[in-house]
Amino acid sequence: MLAFAVRRLLVSIPVFIVSTFLVFLLVTWGADPLAQLKAKNPPPSQAVINAMADTLYINHSIPERYGHWFSQLFFHGNWGPSIQSGTDIGQLLGSSLELTARLVVLAMILAVILAIIAGVISATRQYSKTDYTITLIGFLFLSLPVFWFAILLKQLVVNMNNSLNWYWISTYGANTPGLTGWSAFSDAIGHLILPTIVLAMSSYASWSRFQRASMLDVLGSDYMRLARAKGLSRGKVMVRHGLRTALIPLTTQVALDTAAILGGAVLTENVFGWQGMGTMLVNGINAGDFNTVLAWLTVAAIIVILFNLIADLLYGVLDPRIRNA
Amino acid sequence: MTQAATTTETVLSVRDLTVDFPTGDGVVHAVRGVSYDLRPGEVLGIVGESGSGKSVTSMAVMGLLPKTARVTGSVRFRDQELLGLTDKEMTRIRGSKVAMIFQDPMTSLNPVYKIGYQLAEAVLAHNDMSREAARKRAVELLEMVNIPQPDKRVEQYPHEFSGGMRQRVVIAIAMANNPDVIIADEPTTALDVTVQAQVLESLRAAQRETGAAMVLITHDLGVVAGQADRVLVMYAGKPVEIGSVEDIYYNPRMPYTLGLLGSLPRLDKREQQRLTPIQGSPPSLVNLPPGCPFTPRCPLAQDVCQSREPDLEAVDGSGLGASATRVHLSACHFKEQVARQEPADLFKATARDADLPEEFGGGFGIEIVDNNNGTEDEAR
Amino acid sequence: MHDLPGENAQTTGNLIPPAGPVEREFTVKARTQSQLILRRFLQHKLAVISLFVLIAVILLAFVGGALWHYKYTDITPDNSVPPSGTHPFGTDNLGYDEFARVLRGTQRSLEIAFVVAILATVIGTIWGAIAGYYRGITDSVMMRIVDLVLTIPIIAAGALLGHHFQSAGWWALALVIAGLSWPAVSRIVRGQTLSLREKEYVEAARALGAKDSRIIFRHILPNVMGQVIVVVTILVALAILTESSLSYLGFGVQAPDTSLGTLISDAKTALQGGQWWLFYFPGIFIILICLSVNFIGDGLRDAFDPSQQRVRA
Repeated sequence: MLAFAVRRLLVSIPVFIVSTFLVFLLVTWGADPLAQLKAKNPPPSQAVINAMADTLYINHSIPERYGHWFSQLFFHGNWGPSIQSGTDIGQLLGSSLELTARLVVLAMILAVILAIIAGVISATRQYSKTDYTITLIGFLFLSLPVFWFAILLKQLVVNMNNSLNWYWISTYGANTPGLTGWSAFSDAIGHLILPTIVLAMSSYASWSRFQRASMLDVLGSDYMRLARAKGLSRGKVMVRHGLRTALIPLTTQVALDTAAILGGAVLTENVFGWQGMGTMLVNGINAGDFNTVLAWLTVAAIIVILFNLIADLLYGVLDPRIRNA
Repeated sequence: MTQAATTTETVLSVRDLTVDFPTGDGVVHAVRGVSYDLRPGEVLGIVGESGSGKSVTSMAVMGLLPKTARVTGSVRFRDQELLGLTDKEMTRIRGSKVAMIFQDPMTSLNPVYKIGYQLAEAVLAHNDMSREAARKRAVELLEMVNIPQPDKRVEQYPHEFSGGMRQRVVIAIAMANNPDVIIADEPTTALDVTVQAQVLESLRAAQRETGAAMVLITHDLGVVAGQADRVLVMYAGKPVEIGSVEDIYYNPRMPYTLGLLGSLPRLDKREQQRLTPIQGSPPSLVNLPPGCPFTPRCPLAQDVCQSREPDLEAVDGSGLGASATRVHLSACHFKEQVARQEPADLFKATARDADLPEEFGGGFGIEIVDNNNGTEDEAR
Repeated sequence: MHDLPGENAQTTGNLIPPAGPVEREFTVKARTQSQLILRRFLQHKLAVISLFVLIAVILLAFVGGALWHYKYTDITPDNSVPPSGTHPFGTDNLGYDEFARVLRGTQRSLEIAFVVAILATVIGTIWGAIAGYYRGITDSVMMRIVDLVLTIPIIAAGALLGHHFQSAGWWALALVIAGLSWPAVSRIVRGQTLSLREKEYVEAARALGAKDSRIIFRHILPNVMGQVIVVVTILVALAILTESSLSYLGFGVQAPDTSLGTLISDAKTALQGGQWWLFYFPGIFIILICLSVNFIGDGLRDAFDPSQQRVRA
């Protein structure tokens, strides 16, 4: 088991390194850090432009720039200078990551639990009214744009809050500053409710479809039949033999969808005004802030690769057949 | 050969079992009236082609058919009627009184649980005992089916076992609670011939240890010959011949049975003989026309066969006076004519190699038997 | 030459079973593969309804949009007017006719979605088929590239490149989204190819000396197409959502052109301000298109999947 984990970890490292190079190319191509400066009115002098170019290490070949950035980051822990004034990328990353992590983790947990329940109910009552209802709701959520749903929900809650005069469920920001202890915690939860629901929605939709299909596969299998023939009750067979085996593909799917969830977080944060990773990215791209965007994509890549690794390990834990592979 | 049962007490009694499945194309009459009695310790072989309804019959006994199936008739285990019991009541019988072995060992065991766990599960489902005791029993069961190093094997996963060993584990699971009836649904079909012998040996051991009666379902007449006391031949959802294993093999009274025997390769015949397979395929069970379903493939078929489906009737000499174990029934209007025929006599078309010259036993050898005019014509 | 069998059907030893009795066996109508698939699809009521809805939307967007007397660039004197006879979807605060704008946005979204679907399918299928067929190093390298592309969230890459291609037009956006969507297709095609290449008919074709490309295109791909078509429908829905999301953030379709995402972005505060028509109509169109595409995909999946709930004897 340990050997399996180590092997997977070792394979991930070169993938990560190549990923950073790919991402570097992408950002070089897509973000022009000097654009904003040049667009200023009145336009700055060439000397100013050159000074900035130097700080940003732009006037070199791409491999050189990559090497510079790579060594700066991995050997000196330096994310590089940001164009946006007063921004320390490291700090920004830290605070943004903390907020986004709160949101994403909670949303994923919610989505997984609901998806498993929905998938199992749907599969065991295939073609019944319950199944059709759950399927319809699932499809609806799959077709709903995250940002549109977020705005809608926001407006509904604002109306509700105003009429009930109860403002715990918040529609903006991640927290109210200046609180401590229990009230800070409760405040944070209140701010988390809406974004979590919105972010969980589309993941729930696709995972519940997936779980339903996985469950249906398992329900028709021979070992389920044998378990029944042993004299086990329907419930026991369903959970012990059905669910246990049907959950295996879902774990991989959840990990593979991490990238998509990060994308969803970008939109959710935008609507709810959270200063998380999403806002960091959008601001960075709009400003052409080379290093910030690079930092974002690097961290995103780490998260995705990490979750893929976790999925592989989990798969090994859950399915003994692949442990020796 | 097992010890033939000597008592008349029955442990499983099936009467007029019918199973219908509604489908998009119409109602499929999978089983159309099966009746048999099983005595303690007896081995009943149910033989038939794919689609004859033999597996569905057993699934009906176990109550494992899908909810859409419509089952009528009676299945009595000792004095208890099984059809109509709630699922909860059936779970008390499954695995403890009536156990089942399925066809494909590669998919019968759950790949994520250890073998020991799956064995212990069978035991713990019907007995209150500690996990330690269950584990001990699991090791015991593995020993009974001749799996080497049972102590080590009990901690392994199914993918570490070969197909034959997996099937033996399935047999061990069936044996776990000393059932009174074991239903083995094509236990050796998915296995190599060399492995079949081992598995059949384990099956015999299971029967010995538990004293259970066994229903052995298969399409392999060779397997039946070595294991069964009595044989039930099924065709198109109905039994067409029932008798002791000697009656069926040495005195078959239904052309289908004769045809089956003719398609068996025999090692004991002195001269080389062609196999005589039966031409055609089994009928669709959706729109069965009236009459005997074997008519299109039967060399003895006459008009009466097309209009009236024959009932199971006693073959001469084994009437109601004979003891239950010696009853020989056949569903054929011409059961007397089948007596003492060889498969090659009846299934002429496939008995001869059409490409071989006449002198060497080839040619078509078509004989048109015209009962109306009484003339015989030998063509070519 | 003796009489052909047929009249006296009940004779012994006929080499060819006569036509009469054999007819009894085949009481279920024989159907071709495509007929079966079509029949199964048609049984899926929601999918059929969705097909009509989608066609209706497409016609409305392209034909309706062309015929409608307002263009999406026309500024009318009516500002912030709720839905009425002249302006079925109302107008915004600059006087643009919402109906024309929504239709234009739908056009754009549909165009991008279908370009993405076709491109991603073609690239993904060929990539996956080659990787799955040749296995070994080829497979490893190709799939590692897929993994790499998948480490980048589409929104991020889309935003970055969209920002860069702002001036290049909507097809650049489509290319970007397609370039990030094909990996999902390739994974599925590769999986299918891996199992199909072990089938006997592939071995037979190889033994007959068929070239690799012929085997892939004639034997493997037709059997993969079922799954691929289903993935394509999912991709279309996803592409529409991705494009709207990017446009919403400002990285997608640029002014003066409009897309459903842009319209919603413009209407961010409209709900609060009471101009519900600016917010709901674009959103409903997105939902309608995605929903129908998803249902069609579901119907197709059921149609191509032979393991139905049919009980056999």
